[in-house]
Amino acid sequence: MSYRDGPFNDLKVPLTWTAAVAVIVAIIAGVALLLADRRETLQTEAYGVGRRMFDVADKPISGALSAPVQWVRQVRDTVSGYFFAVSENRRLKQQIVELRQWRDAAIALEDANSRYRAILGLRTEPPVPMVTGRVVLDSRGPFANTRLADVGSDKGVKVGNPVMSERGLVGRVVGVSRGVSRVLLLTDVASRTPVLVDRTDARAILVGDGGSNPRMAFMRGQDPVREGDRILTSGDGGVFPRGLPVGVAAKGLDGAWRVRLYADLTAIDFVRILEFEDFASFVDEKGLERSVMPPLPAGELAREAAAQAAALPPKPAAPPPAKSADTAKPAPRPAAAQKPADGKASTSAAGSAASSTPAGKPAEAAKPSKPPAAPSAGANKPAAEKAGSGKAAAGKPVQAAAREGTGASRPAADRPAAKPAAKPPGAAPKPSTEAAAP
Amino acid sequence: MSFQGSRPLDPWRWIGVPTLLCLSASVLFAVPLRVFGLQLPEPVFPLAPAFAWAVIRPSVLAPFVLMGTGLFLDLLWGGPVGLWPVSILVGYALVLFCRSMLTGQSRAVLIGWYVFMVLVVMGAGYFATMFDDGVAPSLLATLGQFVPTILLYPFADRLIERFEDADVRFR
Repeated sequence: MSYRDGPFNDLKVPLTWTAAVAVIVAIIAGVALLLADRRETLQTEAYGVGRRMFDVADKPISGALSAPVQWVRQVRDTVSGYFFAVSENRRLKQQIVELRQWRDAAIALEDANSRYRAILGLRTEPPVPMVTGRVVLDSRGPFANTRLADVGSDKGVKVGNPVMSERGLVGRVVGVSRGVSRVLLLTDVASRTPVLVDRTDARAILVGDGGSNPRMAFMRGQDPVREGDRILTSGDGGVFPRGLPVGVAAKGLDGAWRVRLYADLTAIDFVRILEFEDFASFVDEKGLERSVMPPLPAGELAREAAAQAAALPPKPAAPPPAKSADTAKPAPRPAAAQKPADGKASTSAAGSAASSTPAGKPAEAAKPSKPPAAPSAGANKPAAEKAGSGKAAAGKPVQAAAREGTGASRPAADRPAAKPAAKPPGAAPKPSTEAAAP
Repeated sequence: MSFQGSRPLDPWRWIGVPTLLCLSASVLFAVPLRVFGLQLPEPVFPLAPAFAWAVIRPSVLAPFVLMGTGLFLDLLWGGPVGLWPVSILVGYALVLFCRSMLTGQSRAVLIGWYVFMVLVVMGAGYFATMFDDGVAPSLLATLGQFVPTILLYPFADRLIERFEDADVRFR
């Protein structure tokens, strides 16, 4: 049967209108894909199977295309090394002289630092293992700035790992497959990096905008940054370790403070991926979600046992009501917790400590059985332990621990008397030594 | 084989081959190469055939091929999935809608329309990124992609010259 003899013989569709419908359908599908995309998150699932499969398939192709670039660079380095050996030798000798002075200073600082750490009882940051990978693909448009490195999950790379060149921070890993990983650069519009100004310790968020110099946002304080200040990662949030070099502050044409990245000064063929993990990832979230049921009173236990005994013969009717009612019954709570939104009720029931507690956290305010904290170093111990347990590679906890430790070593009388936030929540009245300090 | 004169509109010839060339060129230009501190440009290659296809004749296949090409760019460049399909299709729809004003016009007019289409596509990508990520992309970086893409017009012109007269129903 030929086509013209078929059932669609008389069916005539205007091509122009059909094409218009096809365009509209394709646009709707594209918008749906765009709305469903979550590439900027640090979640492994957000990267998607499709992206991972594409990266795995693209790696050998891009690797083969970028190989000649590597060879040409090696040949150029060899030739230039041969012809400029004398001048480079002179330059390196001068650099060695300068670096010797820095080495001596570094040894002295290291010694002083180790003593301070020992005195304060700080946990030192563990060494971060790293793997080196070759960049096989580099995208640099205004809407996406990523690289593809030829090391992946088989080398221990994980989503969120920081990526560096030999000079400074490049970005972070947002997608990992076997043998390949996608790196989101600091310049990408989805990149947000917590940084600090080395000179003033002022914090900021480095926001990429597709250009070569990302912008520093959310800066606080008066004159927090100057031209030429060194910018480091702050470690806030735990994604990056503290102190990774990022770049140099510079005033942009739009008047905003921007960062000239160290990573831009080097070749883009090799990257180092730090196998640093966010300390927040060590928290057992599932364990936190598990709720421990409160113990039942003796009478309730007897009724429970009776109900279970009664339920032993199979009954097609509804389950025993006593069990469900008892299980769903919440534990008796203090008056402050029963009315969390009512500020007056919380204040009257739990005292002044509860008044400084947010209404959304009633359980913290209602811990009457907790003994009052000791006024001396013991009061600071929980905070220091908390900071230390959070994988001390993150800078902020270490700093917090240092400050807490300093506060503990000071006499109580030196501390300001009116600091209600420093009190343990739900604690008893202040010890008289602190309250009566002159 | 001569490239002059008209050819029958075989989908593989007027849609398939240009698509493959665009994809190959995109992968080639994504090589991490830096010469004297300057990186390779990153033009949006599929915009040239998108313009030419809309001028040559309406097609049911072309929008879906453009969508696939845009998805490929998103996956290759690591951008948000759906950004380039939407942006390219908006430009394609614009030219398709205004096709009656383009056919038979001189080359200068077509160049002007091509520049306008690239502007619309980049603008769509700009605003989509702004709404998606909450940050306005750098205008300088956008210009850095806009200019190399405009320079691709000769490829679109060649495609138009080759297939414009193939389907006389839409002349």
